[in-house]
Amino acid sequence: MSKVNAGLRYSAEHEWVDSSSPVRVGISAVAADALGDVVYVDLPAVGDTVTAGETCGEVESTKSVSDLYAPVSGEIVEINQEAIDNPALLNEDPYGAGWLFTVNATSEGALLTAEEYAEKNGGDL
Amino acid sequence: MTEKYTALYEAHKQLGASFTDFGGWQMPLKYSSELAEHKAVRTAAGLFDLSHMGEVEVSGPDAGAFLDYALAGKLSVVKVGRAKYSLITNNDGGIIDDLISYRLADDSYLVVPNAGNADTVAAELASRAEGFDVAVNNVSAEASLVAVQGPAAEAILLDLVPAHQAEAVTGMKYYAADTVGIRAGERTLDLLVARTGYTGEDGFEIYVPNDDAADLWSALLAAGEGRGLIPAGLACRDSLRLEAGMPLYGNELTLDTDPYAAGLGPVVALSKEGNFVGRSALEARKAAGPARRLVGLKGSGRRSARSHYPVLSSDGETVLGEVTSGAPSPTLGFPIALAYVDAAFTKPGTELNVDLRGKPESFTVVELPFYKRSKQ
Repeated sequence: MSKVNAGLRYSAEHEWVDSSSPVRVGISAVAADALGDVVYVDLPAVGDTVTAGETCGEVESTKSVSDLYAPVSGEIVEINQEAIDNPALLNEDPYGAGWLFTVNATSEGALLTAEEYAEKNGGDL
Repeated sequence: MTEKYTALYEAHKQLGASFTDFGGWQMPLKYSSELAEHKAVRTAAGLFDLSHMGEVEVSGPDAGAFLDYALAGKLSVVKVGRAKYSLITNNDGGIIDDLISYRLADDSYLVVPNAGNADTVAAELASRAEGFDVAVNNVSAEASLVAVQGPAAEAILLDLVPAHQAEAVTGMKYYAADTVGIRAGERTLDLLVARTGYTGEDGFEIYVPNDDAADLWSALLAAGEGRGLIPAGLACRDSLRLEAGMPLYGNELTLDTDPYAAGLGPVVALSKEGNFVGRSALEARKAAGPARRLVGLKGSGRRSARSHYPVLSSDGETVLGEVTSGAPSPTLGFPIALAYVDAAFTKPGTELNVDLRGKPESFTVVELPFYKRSKQ
């Protein structure tokens, strides 16, 4: 079963958020496994403002395209160019090298604890 | 719908497969990574469970004449030991299914419909059999189907075939079939082996009774070890068939499409004698010519067109059609798609747009297939 990282919080749309400042955002291993091999990611640009609960990009796998939702509101500080260049990182290391962007968060959407997310989505803590 | 499981379900679970529903069947979607499985089939070999496909036996003195009436092709001229791709249409010429028929003997055929259509096709054949000296027998529930596909397929299969029958495999032509002995554990099983597939590669499809399927599966996995064979799921089967430009029932082929729009005109034998189901409608459709035709599209960017996305004119102003299947091509490295497009815009080289969720992206009409294996 897919791993749920215990030290993170999660949106219902499968993004994870860490506790650093600015916050770092990625997608969960549960989501990456369900998508299949990721081949393309479309991310917001540095300086863009994103709004919690709204779409801010796309994750495309061999079989489908999924919207990427902002789990927090705020300004994009940094994007992970390595993940854009090598989208397989989202499958290989979704909580590490496959992170997506960082945000100067002004507010948060509804976030789940790792336990709540794992229970809802059937992941392994 | 009750979930259906193939005789290999436990084997897939042990291999760590993730499953998907396909035509009511719980089928392996992938075991590891669909890209790795795709690549294995192109460069070495993949092992597929296709037991969800249907099997309908058609036998009796009128078997050939009956299939000439029931299907769009001329099956009576197929030689014993050979197979033919055909269509079953309704009276309006709409496509009920695409299927492969094997002639096993002068008076015996095996018709193989798609998973979700197996019962419909069996019932249609039975209802069309009136007046023919023929028996239609749906044996889908008893038969499993295992495919080994890829350039290493022949060498892997030969490992399991007694030496005196090796020639039956090496000499087997594409779209031919024969009964061959295959070693599975302590036993040698006499099984129908066909040189057919749905991946664009060389390969074999092997029909096996459910009770023997797990032994055959294990034997093939073991024979393929060291030759690059890995189990392969439906995810890569879809990307492989798309690269090979092959239609998928439910995407490219439906009751609302006809063979001419789908580029399958040559499959319809209007020249055959006598009436067949759909003939007058198909003659009219051929004469009128389809308003839209199925084409291949090649994307210029990294984003893929997907099923049901609108196809637009190059200025983005006019809707010209709809995508039926689309994905990033693992082998070619660019997005590919099949789409029905206004017949005036189907010439290879035509520049079009596809509406990728609100953003137009440039695509070019290209010849099918997208990928063709190099012959040895």
